[in-house]
Amino acid sequence: MQPADTAFILICAALVMFMTPGLALFYGGLTRNKNVLGTIMHSFIMLAVGTLVWVAVGYSLAFGDDIAGVIGSLNFAFLYGVGAEPAAVAPTIPHSTFMIFQCMFAVITPALISGAYAERIKFSGFLVFSVLWLILVYCPMAHWVWGGGWMAQMGALDFAGGAVVHMSSGAAALAAALVLGYRRGYGQAPFIPHNIPMTVLGAGILWFGWFGFNAGSALAANGLASSAFVTTHIAAAAAALAWIAMERIVSGKPTTLGAASGAVAGLVVITPAAGFVTPMGALLMGLSGGAICYGGIFLKHKLGFDDALDVVGIHGVGGTWGAIATGIFANAAVNGKSGLLQGDVHQFLVQVASVVATWVFCFGASYLLLKFTDMVVGLRVTPEEEEVGLDMSQHNESGYQY
Amino acid sequence: MKKIEIIVRPFKMEEVKKALTSLDIRGMTVSEVKGFGRQRGHKEVYRGAEYQVDFVAKVKIEVVVDDSMAKTVVDEVVKAARTGQIGDGKIFVIPVEETIRIRTGESGVEAI
Repeated sequence: MQPADTAFILICAALVMFMTPGLALFYGGLTRNKNVLGTIMHSFIMLAVGTLVWVAVGYSLAFGDDIAGVIGSLNFAFLYGVGAEPAAVAPTIPHSTFMIFQCMFAVITPALISGAYAERIKFSGFLVFSVLWLILVYCPMAHWVWGGGWMAQMGALDFAGGAVVHMSSGAAALAAALVLGYRRGYGQAPFIPHNIPMTVLGAGILWFGWFGFNAGSALAANGLASSAFVTTHIAAAAAALAWIAMERIVSGKPTTLGAASGAVAGLVVITPAAGFVTPMGALLMGLSGGAICYGGIFLKHKLGFDDALDVVGIHGVGGTWGAIATGIFANAAVNGKSGLLQGDVHQFLVQVASVVATWVFCFGASYLLLKFTDMVVGLRVTPEEEEVGLDMSQHNESGYQY
Repeated sequence: MKKIEIIVRPFKMEEVKKALTSLDIRGMTVSEVKGFGRQRGHKEVYRGAEYQVDFVAKVKIEVVVDDSMAKTVVDEVVKAARTGQIGDGKIFVIPVEETIRIRTGESGVEAI
């Protein structure tokens, strides 16, 4: 047991916790003002709902004793035996420290999806879907990648959640956008973000919290954590610049929303690679990731779905590119894993396989869960409720009095 | 009497006010308004999605003057508010039947 590691991971857990209210601001500013509270609530309430699901069964399903590489057993259900003794997966910190650090990941991931169905989902439908999704999609993914499941056994690299957090939420977002359909008036009336300063503040908080997300995934206060911190920061910076450069070329002016979106895209892209690539690898991943995710936001126009706040374009596309790029840029000098550039074709193919499996499983399972939720409690608000806005129709309050 | 409605660019407001007060006009009503003329509004781009925003912010100033003053006022306002670019605004001159000062009950030119 190492006190320094314990202190570091507890602080990292707190940093990751702060990402969820940061996400609430990021998303909240992007919606129209009649939906600001509904959108903030989709993130904020996951701190409560996600935590309870996690301590009840989620942690155990993800990190309990492996059952055939598919799921964890219920031996840690309701945190049975999760206390001050070290965990097998993190031998230098208390088991409870590891559990609460991972809890923050489980909280933010379903909140990320909410950007896809913003401005039109029923609160009850959102809650039911999120609980089911956490148990049936997130927990298996976390088990496969980090809990000793089949993806880990295959050797797939995912340092801090490129597949578990970003690709999974991106794939679920695509399913949600398809199942829920367009917002009323989409394509006819302008859907202009109501508060971009709020969004930029949220992006700043996400950037800050991401240090806990990625550096903390080293699970120790060591050189690897420091390396992940550095690669995280460089990738975010490079992607913010790449995004606004693309905007300057394509539409004439660099935008504030573009800078914020680019930074988040860079953070997504570096997440799976944070502990495997050099700083210059991170720079290249950030630059390419910013440009690719900028392209990603046009997918919805091309393919015709209403992913309201671009979860597919940023988390789906960014997570996918990050996982593949990990297989390209991984450098043995950092953490003993080589990618394509060092001649390891096998690692690259493993990464591609993990991408395909993640998309197929997360999209398919999310689609079924959305259909199921729609049958049981309904997913979409009535046209009148949508016109009034989620703040008033779902919560009986409004964000602004003026 | 004439009412002169002046719609100008917001940043020209101060210059127009100065021009009007220099003509000894002592009262005016100012509103922040939105609208468009022949050129329509402007384009905004959010994450690659372009939106045509029809309504452009303008300032509307209303003054009432004696008939003899109307042409001078219009000339001075044009001078003060013009930039030569599209979107400089409009002036409308409207006949006014009567003006009443509420405090005293005075009417006509006295009440302006």
